[in-house]
Amino acid sequence: MNPYALLFLVAGLGVIAWLTGRARAARFGAASKHRLHSLPGQHGLYVAMWTVIPTLIFVIAWGIITPSLATDAVLKAPQAFELPAFGYERDAILNEVRARAAGADFGFYPLSELLAPVYAQASRFYGWLGTGIALLLAFAGGAFAYTRVKADFRARTRVERSVMLALLVASLIAILTTLGIFLSLLFESLRFFSMVPITDFLFGTLWSPQVIDPADPGATLGAVPLFWGTFFIGAVIAMLVAIPFGLMSAIYLTQYARPAVRQWMKPLLEILAGVPTVVYGYFAALTVGPAIRDVAVSLGFTYASSESALAAGLVMGVMIIPFVSSMADDSIAAVPRAMRDGSLAMGATTSETIRKVLLPAALPGVVAGVLLAVSRAIGETMIVVMAASGAANITLNPMESATTVTKQIVDLLTGEAEFDSPKTLAAFALGLTLFMITFLLNIVALRVVKKYREAYE
Amino acid sequence: MSELSHRAPTDWKTDAMQKRIRKRYRAERRFRAIGMAAVVISASFLFFLLATMIGNGAAGFMRTEVSLPIDFKSAPLEIDRAQLATRGADLALAGAGLEDRVKTAATAAFGAKGEDLIAGNAWTAVRDAIKEDPNLLSQSAHIWVPASSELDAAADGGGEPEFRALVQQLRERGALQSGFNAAFLSRADSTDPTSVGIWGALKGSILTMLVTLLIAFPIGVLSAVYLEEYAPKNRWTDLIEVSINNLAAVPSIIFGLLGLAVFLGTLGLPRSAPLVGGLTLALMIMPVIVIAGRNAIKAVPPSIRDAALGIGASRIQVVFHHVIPLALPGILTGTIIGMARALGETAPLLLIGMRAFIVTPPGGVFDPATVLPVQIFLWSDEVSRGFIEKTSAAIIVLLAFLLAMNALAIYLRNKFETRW
Amino acid sequence: MTAVMTQSDIAEAADTVAAQAVTKMSARGVNVFYGEKQAIRDVSIDVDMDHVTAFIGPSGCGKSTFLRTLNRMNDTVASARVEGEITLDGENIYDKSMDVVQLRARVGMVFQKPNPFPKSIYENVAYGPRIHGLARAKGDMDQIVERSLKRAGLWDEVKDRLQDSGTALSGGQQQRLCIARAIAVDPEVILMDEPCSALDPIATAKIEELIHELRGRYAIVIVTHNMQQAARVSQRTAFFHLGTLVEYGETDQIFTAPRQERTKDYITGRYG
Repeated sequence: MNPYALLFLVAGLGVIAWLTGRARAARFGAASKHRLHSLPGQHGLYVAMWTVIPTLIFVIAWGIITPSLATDAVLKAPQAFELPAFGYERDAILNEVRARAAGADFGFYPLSELLAPVYAQASRFYGWLGTGIALLLAFAGGAFAYTRVKADFRARTRVERSVMLALLVASLIAILTTLGIFLSLLFESLRFFSMVPITDFLFGTLWSPQVIDPADPGATLGAVPLFWGTFFIGAVIAMLVAIPFGLMSAIYLTQYARPAVRQWMKPLLEILAGVPTVVYGYFAALTVGPAIRDVAVSLGFTYASSESALAAGLVMGVMIIPFVSSMADDSIAAVPRAMRDGSLAMGATTSETIRKVLLPAALPGVVAGVLLAVSRAIGETMIVVMAASGAANITLNPMESATTVTKQIVDLLTGEAEFDSPKTLAAFALGLTLFMITFLLNIVALRVVKKYREAYE
Repeated sequence: MSELSHRAPTDWKTDAMQKRIRKRYRAERRFRAIGMAAVVISASFLFFLLATMIGNGAAGFMRTEVSLPIDFKSAPLEIDRAQLATRGADLALAGAGLEDRVKTAATAAFGAKGEDLIAGNAWTAVRDAIKEDPNLLSQSAHIWVPASSELDAAADGGGEPEFRALVQQLRERGALQSGFNAAFLSRADSTDPTSVGIWGALKGSILTMLVTLLIAFPIGVLSAVYLEEYAPKNRWTDLIEVSINNLAAVPSIIFGLLGLAVFLGTLGLPRSAPLVGGLTLALMIMPVIVIAGRNAIKAVPPSIRDAALGIGASRIQVVFHHVIPLALPGILTGTIIGMARALGETAPLLLIGMRAFIVTPPGGVFDPATVLPVQIFLWSDEVSRGFIEKTSAAIIVLLAFLLAMNALAIYLRNKFETRW
Repeated sequence: MTAVMTQSDIAEAADTVAAQAVTKMSARGVNVFYGEKQAIRDVSIDVDMDHVTAFIGPSGCGKSTFLRTLNRMNDTVASARVEGEITLDGENIYDKSMDVVQLRARVGMVFQKPNPFPKSIYENVAYGPRIHGLARAKGDMDQIVERSLKRAGLWDEVKDRLQDSGTALSGGQQQRLCIARAIAVDPEVILMDEPCSALDPIATAKIEELIHELRGRYAIVIVTHNMQQAARVSQRTAFFHLGTLVEYGETDQIFTAPRQERTKDYITGRYG
């Protein structure tokens, strides 16, 4: 049965359950003299929940396991003897079987044409079985709840307790996600490190994933050039752009600008953060990269790439300006006015006040802003993917090309590599490293803010 | 000690002092100028970026067309007219050799290189014209067909000299026109830049955003409610809070890895489907909604809660009847900002496979699809002038959507912000 | 409205006291703790029908805290703990079987700062009856709203603009709206926590008049730091100091012949 139709049916049953439950409660209410504990509608909700929720859980679970059950039926069929042993080809054939059963009429493997009807039939069978069980559950749940509807039944409390449970579950999803990220990265990385020694990965200086020697995969999977590239482009070049512009903008907007100017200048700078990174990347690849190469060549640099680290870092820095300026703005504005007035009252100029009084006072916030900006920069992907190349160099020359951790993750996972190869798993190891470093930066930034902000209040 | 009591008062009039003061003022002016320069330059980065995109992309919205004379009267097409009204019309026309006929017509009209002047799929324009008016099959007519990308480039002022000359000739004959390229918005991807469109990617984006919203909004709002209203102050709640704050700062590509490992790997969901993309993006923006929601709920004054409790409302009723309606504008603003961020995301979707060449727009959330930012990324590899225009045009469309969403968020915030 | 009790007022108070008093709520040996700190120490008191009972005392003496134990509003504070027995019509309200939601409908509360919902006047009054399911038929709700607003003395002023926002009214009108809101759920007791302290004298006078009228229908407990107000509106007065109940008795007795030294000191203004 069509899954949408089934959901619709369950929803309809829920509505019927609500109406009948409410009617029953209303009858009780009319007969009783005291005030009912719960409104008839809440009794109805109670019955509806018992009808719908167990059924829904079953339907979802059934929907998840049906493909495996149907695949098992296929494997038991006589034609299945011809399937190759476990591996890539076997999975491809099985995928095609599923696709054909769903209606595709084109495939590479003739075997899939034979097996598809078996799958389709098994699928249908399990589908009807599931529908039957679902309906049974719905009626059973509804009947059970219906019998409990009485004058003194505290339906509202039950319903509200379920709502509370839903709230709790929703919040747990957040922690589940963090855990999920960490565990999945860890799991795949451990598989990687069983193939490649961790020292090779962390300290090796040759990164060339196209040529992996199966006997010694770690030799060409040394990530140091990637770490260097990430650091060079994200923490050095980008910051050399973002910090001066961001900090001076924040200083100007908080100390010198007229309120009218500040009012629309600040959102304008925020827009820089709202432009999608793919647009920045395209801009860098199309305009900035070639422009820098032309300038470099005319200045006498013999070798300048149009995919230079400078191009990527420059554009990334521009994108990061609002991160620095926003945090710096907030910190400077938070310095008590009395401090500023005190300095000015002594005859200091505004710039002296800023440099000698306000900035030192706002320094923790500014530092935290910089740390967060660095965290954002090293996690940035699209700008580097489009503007830099995959050349894993360790170079101090910004005109040369360099690559970063994020770009390599994308490159490693593109293409038809098997899921278990060192190449694919290396991506997860890189991801784990990135996650831990940004996590650390964020925690340090927050702690810096927390620790030094209290000095004021 | 004696030095201090006998110290002469500062003489502000000495030369040395005056010089020093002037120097300090100069430094002040320099500092201020640097500040203003920083702001101006930062803003001009933005304008430069936008100007480049609009400059490149404006041409992408225009399309050059050539007037092609085609004669069916003297050389009729072998086709059964009755089929033209049915769904098999496209197939019938293709089978009758319409494509070749159009090519020969072009050569006949424009000379040996005639075929190079019209687009590869120009015959589909003739096909559509015939479907609309079957009487064309017994006439000789001029039909506007899309020009090739070389001719298109020449018409915009670039391109090669021989094509520019041809443009001149055609213009004089009145056989060339430029118009709004509506097909850009209604067609899907293709290899020919003149016939490429963003509809496939747009539909994929819409479906993905729908999934993202349906998942992230309820979870985000309910989590915010729980954390603000019900959570006891213990270690577990702190852990949840810390998790959420950190999730908001995790690089987006990590979510792509999560999606790859869990949604595609463990759960075996279909690759490059809007369902998977939506799930991944939902996890990414959920912390944004939670944080915005918590701030909005915190702003509702306790006196309203007390009043409702005093009447005898239960805690759930207080939250759902009073707190959430009052916090809704803040929650919606946060949601829109989160969705805008999700709309522009590319990296995580690349990892879950949304980077294939999709020619037909997706039918539902389980079909393979791509999204607009990824489409821009895929086109960015093409270096032909035609594709540069189209890529920039697609960027303009994306930026327009983001502008609309952010404007909506700002409008909501200003209209419904209540001062308690 | 005079600020000083005249002879006829005293006589009237005496008559009322002589009539048979029905106890609605009674507290025995109540202690309230906030964490480790004890805020209320061994308080025992009765609240009678058709009477206005006033709680007076210097600020911070616990009168608001004790008031809030009567409708279990202290439950909303995580660290609060209540010991002792408080009964409503003989049932212990802190018993597990007591539904706190129904309790708060039977024992209504009006707060110090008027806090109408940001809804229309009609909706403000209708909210309580709606969630408790008091309006069986459609026309019932209109009747309930009209009746409550009339009893709160607000009907004539707002009957033509029931759809206007409740927050658009003046301070005094808002407080009367809050009283109407409390009345709409048909309570038996009304608790008032310094209801006039945020209002101007004219609005205060109107509210005091209202209390006088409401007395015939509900048991009213009013917390006030204004002794003259207590003397004007109440028949019973309880004097709290540092979390204990120092003295409790007929209002005119407390104000003219207090038995406790501390009461006398407070009344005569030696501290406040």
